[in-house]
Amino acid sequence: MRKLLAIFAVAVIVMSLGAVALAQDDVVEIEYWQYNFGARIEAMDMLIEQFEAENPGIKIVHNSDIPWADFTTEIAASAPAGVGPDVVTLFYGWIPAYVDAGYLVPLPEEPFSEEYILENFVPMVANAKFEGSYWAIPTAVRSLALFWNKDIFAEAGLDPESPPQTLEEFQEIALATTQYGDGGQDVLNITQQGFTPTMQGQIHHWFREVLIRQFGGQSYSDDGRTVMYNSEAGCEAFRWVTEFELEHVTGSFDLMDGATNAFVNGDVALHVDGSFRVGTIRGNNPDLNYGVAELPVGPSGENHTFGSYWTHGLTRRAASDPARIEAAIKFLEFITTPEAGALWVSIVGELPAQLESASDEMLLADPILGPFSAGLEYASATFFVDERAQRQVLLDAYDFVRLGGMDVCDALDEAAALEQELLDDFWSERE
Amino acid sequence: MSKPKRNGFFRWTVARRKVLWAYIFLAIPIVFFAYIRIYPAFFAFQMSLYDYNPLAAEQPYVGMENYEDLWKELNKRRSVTKASFQNTVNYVLLGVPVQLCLALAVALMLNEIRFLSTPYRILFFLPYVTSTIAIAWVFRMLYQPQFGFFNVMLQLLSLPQQPFLNSPQQALPSILALVVWQGMGFSVIIFLAGLKQIPRTYYEAAEVDGASRWHTFRYITLPLLNPSIVFLLVLQTISFLRMFAPVVAMTVQGQGGPLDATTTVVLRVYREAFQSFNMGYASAMTVVLFVVILIVTIIQLRFTTRSIN
Repeated sequence: MRKLLAIFAVAVIVMSLGAVALAQDDVVEIEYWQYNFGARIEAMDMLIEQFEAENPGIKIVHNSDIPWADFTTEIAASAPAGVGPDVVTLFYGWIPAYVDAGYLVPLPEEPFSEEYILENFVPMVANAKFEGSYWAIPTAVRSLALFWNKDIFAEAGLDPESPPQTLEEFQEIALATTQYGDGGQDVLNITQQGFTPTMQGQIHHWFREVLIRQFGGQSYSDDGRTVMYNSEAGCEAFRWVTEFELEHVTGSFDLMDGATNAFVNGDVALHVDGSFRVGTIRGNNPDLNYGVAELPVGPSGENHTFGSYWTHGLTRRAASDPARIEAAIKFLEFITTPEAGALWVSIVGELPAQLESASDEMLLADPILGPFSAGLEYASATFFVDERAQRQVLLDAYDFVRLGGMDVCDALDEAAALEQELLDDFWSERE
Repeated sequence: MSKPKRNGFFRWTVARRKVLWAYIFLAIPIVFFAYIRIYPAFFAFQMSLYDYNPLAAEQPYVGMENYEDLWKELNKRRSVTKASFQNTVNYVLLGVPVQLCLALAVALMLNEIRFLSTPYRILFFLPYVTSTIAIAWVFRMLYQPQFGFFNVMLQLLSLPQQPFLNSPQQALPSILALVVWQGMGFSVIIFLAGLKQIPRTYYEAAEVDGASRWHTFRYITLPLLNPSIVFLLVLQTISFLRMFAPVVAMTVQGQGGPLDATTTVVLRVYREAFQSFNMGYASAMTVVLFVVILIVTIIQLRFTTRSIN
C-alpha cells in the first residue's frame, strides 16, 4: 500500500513539473473552429502550417470535425463550459445573433481599420458594419451563378456552349431537357431533371436578391427593417419559381438524393448554386462536363446575384487574455490576406475577399470561376437578423404552395408576416 | 446469531455491514445520476425563468416571460410550437395503442409456439437493439418516392405511388410506423414474461369449464396481464412523448417537416435551445412537457392499476 502511494505521489509531482515546463514555454495555443467541409479544411490546414512556420510562438488548434448542421449547437455547448474557439468562422448571416449575445468582440482598429477594409475588400464585406463596428472579416466570398450540364444540352439538341441568357430561355431549356419514363409527364416519372428549385439550397437567396429585383420589386426596405417581397413583383417571381415543379414538371427536390447531388451526378441540366459547388464537383465527380455562366437576366434586363460568405470573428474568450487575443489577431490578419484568398480560391473555389486578388485577370478569364468573379461587382448580401429562421420562412412558403396547394401570393403574405415579426423582435431590442 | 462486539462500527453484524457496503457502492451511481440527470432537470426549472442565451456572458432574469411567450405561441393560428405539441399528442394517441395491441398479439402467438420459438423471439427483439438512426435512414430509403422499396412494391401491384415522408399528411404515420415496429420487441418481451407468470392451472380450470378462447383471454389472460399492461402503457407513453431521434433522422435537414407535420416538442426544444440560443424559452417548454408527463403518468397509474381477484 505504501509503495503504491509513493508511486502515486511521484507521478503527481512529475506531471505537475511537466505542466510547469509547458507553461513556461512561450508558445501560445489558440483554437480555430470551422464547420466540416473537406476543401475548407484542406485549405485552412495549409494556411495554418504557413502561419505557424512564420510565428513559432503561436500554435493553432484546428477544430473542423463539426458538421454544418451541428455547428451552432457545438458552439452553444462550448460557451457556458468556458471552452471553444478564439477565432471562429461563422456564416455572415449569423453575426448579429453572436454580436447580440456578446460572443464576438469588435475587430481591433489595428490592423482592421475602416479605411483598410473599405479600400481592400469587396463591397459586400465593406458594407457589413454593424452597430458601428466590424465584427468579422472573411478570407473568401461566394456569389451565385448558373451551372449547366453540357452533355445533357448536346443530347437535347441544344448548343452545349450557349447557356440561357434570360429567364425565358432558362425556362425553355429546363422544359426541353426534362425526360420522363413511360408513365407520362408526372413528377415521379422524371428520369432526367431540367431544373429543380432547391429551396433548401440557394434558391431562396436567388428569389430574395435576384429574381424579385428582375421582376421589378425588392425583398426588403432600404434600411432592411421591412419585408417587402409580398408584392406584385414578388408574387410573379415566386410563381415563376414554383411553376417548375408544379406546372412544367421539370424536377422536384423529393426525387433522387436532392437536386444538388443529382446535378453533381449528371442527372440535372440546369442548376443555380454558389462557387463552393465547384469544389464539390471536383471532389465527387471530376468528369462532369459542365459550364458556369452568370445568372440569366429577367424582364428588367439587369444583372443581379446574391453574395454571401463565411467570415472569421474574434471571440470573448480570446479577448479575456492579452496573449491569446494578440495571437488571434495575428492569425486573423494572416488568413485574410490576398495571398490567403488566392490559395483559398485554388482549393475551395470560393473567391478571394480582397479586391486585389478577386479582380485578378486570370480569375476573371477562368471559364468556371470567371462568372462568379464577375458577379461580385453586382452581388448583394441580404442583411439577416436570424438567417436560419428567415430561411425556414421561405422554405415553408414554397412547401405551402407545393404540398398544401396554397395560392402563391397568400403563401408570401404569410411568410412576410412571420419574417416581419423576426425583424421587429430584433430591432425593437435595439431602440 | 453471534453476539456483536461492542466497539463502534464493528459491533454491527456481518449482515448489516454487507448492507452498508452495498449502499456505499450504490451511492456511486446515485451521485452520478444526481449530477447528470437530476441536477440538470432542476437547472432547467431555473433556466426557464431567465432569458438564457448560452453564448452570452450574462443571463437576465425575466420571471414568467418565457411561459407567457409559450402561451402566446400556442394560441396562434399557426406556429411551430403549436404544431410540435399537436404532433406529439398524435404520436402518443396513435402510437401507444397500436404498439401495445400489436405487441400483445405477437406475444400471444409466440407464447403458443414451441418449434423455432427462440429464433422468432430474436427476430422480434432485434430491431429494438438496433441503432435508431441506422434504422431511420434505412426506412428513409425504403420510403423514397421513386425507387424506394415500398413504392416499387406498390407499382408492382399496380397501385399509385405514395409520397410518404414528403407529404404533410403521410409523414407522421410513416415515421410512427417505424417507431412502433422498432419498439415493439421490448413490449413483446414484457408481455411474454407476463404471460409466463399466469399459472397454467387457471387455463386448465377454464378448459374444464368449457370456456371459449375469447372468454379465456378476456377473463383470465387480460386481467392477469394487467401489471404488464400498466407498466408498458406508462413507459411507452413517456417514450412517445419524448420522440426525437427518428424525426431528426427522417426529415429533410432534421427540420421535422414537411411543413412542421412531424416535428415534436423535444425537437422544438432542441432547436430553440441550440440553434436559436433561446435556452430560457426551451427550458420553459421542457418544464411544461415534464408536467404533462407527470400528470399523464399519475392518471394512468390511478385508473389502470387494479388488484385482481
